[in-house]
Amino acid sequence: MSTPILQVKNLGMRFGGIKALDDLDLDVNSGEIVALIGPNGAGKTTFFNCVTGIYNPTQGDVVLTPPGTPAIRLNGLKPNQVAEKGMARTFQNIRLFQKMTVLENVMIGRHCRTNSFILGAILRNTATRQEEQETIHKSYKILQKMGLEKHANDLASNLSYGAQRRLEIGRALATEPFLLLLDEPAAGMNPQETQELIKLINLLQREGQSILLIEHDMKLVMELSHRIFVMDYGRRIAMGTPEEIRNNPVVIKAYLGESADA
Amino acid sequence: MISLKESKRSALVSLWFMFLTFPIMVIKVDAIEKTIIWRWENMFYVGFGSFILSIFGRIFFERQKNRREKQLSEKIQQHNLIQILLREPKYLYPLAAAFFLFALTFPHLFSTYQINVMTTALMYVVLGLGLNIVVGVAGLLDLGYVAFYAVGAYSYALLNFHFGMTFWMVLPLGALLAALFGVLLGFPVLRLRGDYLAIVTLAFGEIIRLVMENWNAFSQGPSGISNIPRPGLLGFDLTLNQAITYLYYLMIVMVLITIFVVNRLQNSRLGRAWIALREDEIACQAMGIDKTKTKLTAFALGATWAGLVGVIFAAKTTFINPASFTFLESAIILAIVVLGGMGSILGVILGAIILILLPEYLRALSDYRMLAFGAIMVSMMVFRPQGLISNVRRHYQYRPQKGEQE
Amino acid sequence: MLRVFLWSGGMEYFIELFFSGLTRGSIYALIALGYTMVYGIIGLINFAHGEIYMIGAFTSYIIATVLSIYGFPVLAIVVLAGFAAAIWSSAYGFTIEKLAYRPLRHAPRLSPLISAIGMSIFLQNYVLLAQTSDFLAFPELIPDFDFMEPVAHIVGTTDLVIILTTAAAMFGLTLLIKFTRIGKAMRATSQDRTMAMLVGINVDRVISMTFIIGSALAAIGGILIASHIGQINFYIGFIAGIKAFTAAVLGGIGSIPGAVLGGFVLGLTESFATGYVSSDYEDVFAFGLLVLILLFKPSGLLGRADIQKV
Repeated sequence: MSTPILQVKNLGMRFGGIKALDDLDLDVNSGEIVALIGPNGAGKTTFFNCVTGIYNPTQGDVVLTPPGTPAIRLNGLKPNQVAEKGMARTFQNIRLFQKMTVLENVMIGRHCRTNSFILGAILRNTATRQEEQETIHKSYKILQKMGLEKHANDLASNLSYGAQRRLEIGRALATEPFLLLLDEPAAGMNPQETQELIKLINLLQREGQSILLIEHDMKLVMELSHRIFVMDYGRRIAMGTPEEIRNNPVVIKAYLGESADA
Repeated sequence: MISLKESKRSALVSLWFMFLTFPIMVIKVDAIEKTIIWRWENMFYVGFGSFILSIFGRIFFERQKNRREKQLSEKIQQHNLIQILLREPKYLYPLAAAFFLFALTFPHLFSTYQINVMTTALMYVVLGLGLNIVVGVAGLLDLGYVAFYAVGAYSYALLNFHFGMTFWMVLPLGALLAALFGVLLGFPVLRLRGDYLAIVTLAFGEIIRLVMENWNAFSQGPSGISNIPRPGLLGFDLTLNQAITYLYYLMIVMVLITIFVVNRLQNSRLGRAWIALREDEIACQAMGIDKTKTKLTAFALGATWAGLVGVIFAAKTTFINPASFTFLESAIILAIVVLGGMGSILGVILGAIILILLPEYLRALSDYRMLAFGAIMVSMMVFRPQGLISNVRRHYQYRPQKGEQE
Repeated sequence: MLRVFLWSGGMEYFIELFFSGLTRGSIYALIALGYTMVYGIIGLINFAHGEIYMIGAFTSYIIATVLSIYGFPVLAIVVLAGFAAAIWSSAYGFTIEKLAYRPLRHAPRLSPLISAIGMSIFLQNYVLLAQTSDFLAFPELIPDFDFMEPVAHIVGTTDLVIILTTAAAMFGLTLLIKFTRIGKAMRATSQDRTMAMLVGINVDRVISMTFIIGSALAAIGGILIASHIGQINFYIGFIAGIKAFTAAVLGGIGSIPGAVLGGFVLGLTESFATGYVSSDYEDVFAFGLLVLILLFKPSGLLGRADIQKV
């Protein structure tokens, strides 16, 4: 078995006296779709925040191994450094740049892969112009993949809900991640939009994109994931293939509550 | 259009304001002479004025609400006349040419006094555009902008006083020093949340002014520095009138350079990062943008313009003292940016011209100038937060590259 | 160096500075309460709060002068001028909130702050134009008490009255917030505005009440400081406002005991710094302190650090 591209060991996060994450292990292999599920408040988003540098975990290791390079310990890195290393994310409560156009939102994702700075901006020399053209080009390609190219010059705030979620994925893809983290990508979508999302994620996976996703929509999770991790109260309570998870009594108990025993 | 119920409500509002302003507006006492002047006419003005304003305010809100509902249902982006004019080169170029011609011939058409006033207005245009980078584009509320202006002005005054350096030597140096101050100040404070940042920059601005006021050995204290030379022109001796005209043209060039640079910055990789940072800091970082570095460049670039104009200010007035660099000065520049429309270059130019020229020409208004600044800032935020001219995002054209089938 | 400064005036000088610091601190605390209450409830730095205090001082000056010209007895003047200042300041606070802040409740965070700065500039110039730009000699409202005679060279009667009044106001406020209905509603609203609304609290009214109470406290501060310093003008609100804000941040903005503690710490610091080091840089000390706290401990002495939600 190849080494996992993301390896999380003994991850712990405390807020004051509250343990939001407790001794959590998780790994993602190259080309895999991994789902992280669990009841509301289990600590899934906190996990994402710890992994992507928004919080600094109080315990444990987050190790990223980009293909063909040595492993990097991510603890203590800033979110922008994490993105640079090749891990990008979306947000549960959509955080687009509302007053920028759809295309510009994606172009922001290209920021960490481009270099022009003050002088380049003022002089607009050949290198800058080429870089800018390339940014537009690549961003537009991503919009086409997301099916949003018609809205390229609309404001992001004018998109429909499902389209905004897709734009968030597109923006994250623009940073050229080898691991994509999706935080409840299907939340608030109607069945048709969810179906389109499943198609999109499938397409990305076929292109070799590794994905770690948090989701409540079990149909989506079961259909897409290779492996599933289940969390409750900040701890990992189960791990396995969709089939194994579906029949795991611990998972059923966590979701249905103690009364399921009775 | 106005129902009886509405006018009754407005009448109540006006009664309330008559009560509210009663002690301050109506009574004027002299404790030494022991006299009281009752100014009842003021009460009438207040009552009448607030009645009218209340009716207008209500109509405005009603209309705004209707329009918003309409916009929501139709999902149409509205473009006003000015924006259409700006997008079409057919209209834009002749208009710009006409303005430019007017600006060039201005000194020959008007008196020295008018030229001086116009030069001041142009200085505020540049200051506004500089602050616009910080506040309008990057969303960092800087209430101590005047400190960088002071750095520029004092650089010229002191370097000239002690070392005899000329205007042209100090101009880039002043800008550089201001930028350096921007970085030094920005580095520790830029991690603060928006409103805390505002207060800290205000405090820094005041500290710099207070130090200038009290450190006599360095800055000659409140009495200031006088006899600062005007800028030279290749060794020619200029008469006062010529010097004023010369400064005017200098400012025109400065404004053009500023517009050029600011425009290019806004539509660049860096400019997009600033806007993204203003919109959502966390998402911005998660997309790989270095928050500190990006904020710092905005702060330093904004400060650079203030430093440049500071040098020119010292050269123009030939005398500076700390009283020119109070918080109110920062507030005026902020009002220009807010009135014009945060992030919009044309808006800021318009804002500067309105706020600086109007009180100059309407002498009657000049006493009420600061009152109007305050009122404008409040009402702009309440009624038209996007400013006179709202910023429209640039539309990028996608061109398929060679060898692609599209 | 420092040691020379420290005992240059002896014990008596030290005590004098200490009481002068307490007096300043009381007034900063009174104004700081308004900042902290408003911030706790709507998260806004009410930049115009210093102006409310200035208007309180002017109102009491005007009313007191009118009454004394009509020959009212001293006690009646003090009480009536105090009431008038509190009532009008509250009315201004209430109106400002309705006009300049309420329409912006869902606007981006910086909009109400810019609106507040505008309001502050407006009010300064309103008083400047309607009254005067000169310094006005504020009448000595509080007569010297006889029993204070032996210590009068160290602690004046005014100082004593200021400290006592402040203590009483704090006590009253604490009771109000702990035990009354509106106090409970205020605490609930400051913890979670949406939730408070859902359980049937009239949030608009709570916010209005907060402004009214904060303004009344500022007005009391206004009268006290005016009779302490002996003169007022339209600009006194700006510096006092910044300093009170510093006090509020120092103690932990949003925290009521914090505002009081912050006020005293700031007052004492200023008093000793000007007394032993130099009076030229009095305001620099306050501004410097503000910068230092915000940089190193933005949550203040008694405040809680907030966790950013993502």
